[in-house]
Amino acid sequence: MTTQAATVPSAPAPDDPAEVRPPVSLGRRVQRVLHAQPILGPAMVLAAALVVFSLWNPDRFFASGTFVLILQQTAPIAVLAIGQTIIILTAGIDLSVGAIMVLSMITMAKVNAEQGVPGPLALLIGFLVGVACGLVNGLLVTRLKLPPFIVTLGTFSIFFAINLLYSKSATVRGTDMSSVMLFLGQGVSVAGTKISYGSILMLLLFAVMAYVLRNTPWGRHVYAVGDDVEAARLSGIRVRRVLLSVYVVAGLLCAVAAWVLIGRVGSASPQSGQTENLASITAVVLGGTSLFGGRGLVLGTLLGALVVTTFSVGLGIAGVDQQWQLLATGVLVIGAVTLDQWIRRVKL
Amino acid sequence: MSTATEMVESPTGGAAPVLSAHGLVKRYGSVTALSGSDFDLMPGEILGVIGDNGAGKSTLIKCLTGAETADEGEIRLDGEVVRFANPLAARDAGIETVYQSLAVCPALDIAANLFLGRERVKKGIRGTVFRQLDHKGMRDEAASQLKALGVLTVQNMNQAVETLSGGQRQAVAVSRAAAFGSRLVVMDEPTAALGVKESNRVLALITSIRDRGLPVVLISHNMPHVFEVADRIHIQRLGRRIAVVSPQSHTMSDAVAIMTGAMAPPTA
Repeated sequence: MTTQAATVPSAPAPDDPAEVRPPVSLGRRVQRVLHAQPILGPAMVLAAALVVFSLWNPDRFFASGTFVLILQQTAPIAVLAIGQTIIILTAGIDLSVGAIMVLSMITMAKVNAEQGVPGPLALLIGFLVGVACGLVNGLLVTRLKLPPFIVTLGTFSIFFAINLLYSKSATVRGTDMSSVMLFLGQGVSVAGTKISYGSILMLLLFAVMAYVLRNTPWGRHVYAVGDDVEAARLSGIRVRRVLLSVYVVAGLLCAVAAWVLIGRVGSASPQSGQTENLASITAVVLGGTSLFGGRGLVLGTLLGALVVTTFSVGLGIAGVDQQWQLLATGVLVIGAVTLDQWIRRVKL
Repeated sequence: MSTATEMVESPTGGAAPVLSAHGLVKRYGSVTALSGSDFDLMPGEILGVIGDNGAGKSTLIKCLTGAETADEGEIRLDGEVVRFANPLAARDAGIETVYQSLAVCPALDIAANLFLGRERVKKGIRGTVFRQLDHKGMRDEAASQLKALGVLTVQNMNQAVETLSGGQRQAVAVSRAAAFGSRLVVMDEPTAALGVKESNRVLALITSIRDRGLPVVLISHNMPHVFEVADRIHIQRLGRRIAVVSPQSHTMSDAVAIMTGAMAPPTA
């Protein structure tokens, strides 16, 4: 061992003998790579899922519509998950995204279908509802200094209850809505399959958020607040303002997800939004964003959301029960969090 | 009563202090942390601040850097009376502080940490409308700052701060203060967590900041470090400044004796 270590060319730390390191094991090396490139994990899981399901059901999984279907089913969850990502990056969590989405959805659908408000204005009202919900969450977190987990656990019930009371638990049919409301369900034909505008909007939003997080001062402050809130404060970042803005932007994204969901389903049901709520967190966690904040990429979330849908579509094609799909998602989440914990214990 | 008479002559002779305080009082409930403390920092000097635990050393510094507001007394910056409501106000006035916790974000890279809270955006529409960060400009500036201070071991500005050693992290925090401090730099226990070699590097860094013309306030428990670099030493005891000595006028054991009350403070 000692002779081997002696022949190894010295590490680039010439004037600090304490930094000469022993040879690293394979596990440690994998850990370091994943720590430096958090996108690798979800990319490999997605690739593995696609390979497994393709081998399992070669004819049907590779049918032309499957990938478009995955994209389309992912869209509402993925848009919610963009908002969830920025909140989790600040070391927070939002358990109310599904409720904000369904409340915005019911509001925009009802004012359009029942009060006769024109489509674009109805959308705007729905977006404002999302912003207002995000503002409530943000104010409770920043002003009353309550933990985000508790705040959004409470507001989930509140927003969902308002949604049920307002809608009287009745679905708004798509045939009663104007075309703007259903626009995202349409799409463009590419190579014989139809890619929905909802999917395209979703991809566009990911691109925008990726840009904002990487290339603007605000994006950098989001990471800093989640990484070390005291350091951020002492560095002159207005922490409360950053947190508030993050919850408001997430609220708006929930409302956009509502529009995407109306397009995909073709109606607005007050009972929806409950599976999407946890699915959005699953997507973020699978995407390699740390629940402890400060680490992660929105691109990872996109991959994570695609993994969630690939599992449900793949297992569905294979004829596996819904219960098993749910179970598989649970295993994935716990696996992803375990991996995150392990990666965070990295010795650099 | 009058501590001003016990002052050692500053290296710049009769020049006006950059930062001074007079009669600062700070009470926390029934505890009086500062009972009429004075403070003077002269241009171009390193002022060591020493004192036993509970002497009011950190409260004094907190009042000077805006982390606390004094109940009584006044603070003057270049002769003007100032009141800092928060650390940001002190920073905007040109007082940079290197906190003991360093206040760096471990997952962010060196350049990002150097410019944290005052990021630069690109010129023109890309900056004003799209708020695009000037990644390259900040990286180059960070590199030249670290180079100017002789911190050459840090090469890659894209390296996350968590991959750096304790001394290198300290160097990043010190460089940030030196780069943005226009009036003075305050350092709270900069060598507390470091080994011998790294401490020496940081002390050299402090000296080079002083040599670039920026006065430095150095708060430390480490007497040899203070005596190595300080031009004058402010001794805090029982909530007030009891003496100002210099490494030439007093030995380390004298300073400790004054600090603990075993020796009467020098009278001019």
